[in-house]
Amino acid sequence: MDAQTIISAAAAIALLLMCAAFFLTAFRVVRGPTLPDRIVALDMLVAIAIGFIAVVAIRTGFNLYIDIAIALGLVGFLATVAFARFVMRQGMEAGEDGETPAEGRKREKTGKRRKRR
Amino acid sequence: MTEMILALVVAVMLVAGGIFTFLAAVGLVRLPDVYTRMHAASKAGTVGSGLMLLAAGIHAFDIAILTRALAGFVFFVLTAPVAAHLVAKAAHGAGYRLARATVMDDMREAEKRNAKKR
Repeated sequence: MDAQTIISAAAAIALLLMCAAFFLTAFRVVRGPTLPDRIVALDMLVAIAIGFIAVVAIRTGFNLYIDIAIALGLVGFLATVAFARFVMRQGMEAGEDGETPAEGRKREKTGKRRKRR
Repeated sequence: MTEMILALVVAVMLVAGGIFTFLAAVGLVRLPDVYTRMHAASKAGTVGSGLMLLAAGIHAFDIAILTRALAGFVFFVLTAPVAAHLVAKAAHGAGYRLARATVMDDMREAEKRNAKKR
């Protein structure tokens, strides 16, 4: 067994594991149930994409891919921060968190967005 | 000989990174609320992709590329907690509740105390 075989086998295993991780995370993005859940899952998707790029860099031997991964990490961080600011500004939608919509509407009328039971 | 050791190190890091990423995704699906899911995604996910980036840097066998990969890893380790904390704070402030099994919510208690003081 030479070095090339070991690396290519390890890369195949890593790609397989990350494929499974990608589909699990995509399931969480689709399923939700709340907006922060989707934000966290999208953040995770960026991390998985970075891993994919690193494995492709190893398989092809094209080292410029590492710079692309760093750039993607920067963009992903900014996107998550922007989403977090959006959640902070907009607040929770009535009934989004599994509570009854009527209760949510009542709270909306009193204008106390931050109040919780 | 050196090549073989290098290949083994790269292979172990690749597989370990893949396992970390997969476990983070499992945590994302299985855990009960946003806050616990965030804890799985931001820690295990970062380490998974970071290990793979380091593996790519070691595989290149070039100090310039290794430094870049290391810088990327440090950058991810620095930014992931910041992003997770921001999302958690925003979600808590917006009123997303913790899971039913949670026994303690210090932030809510503190907010209540502050509201009483005012």
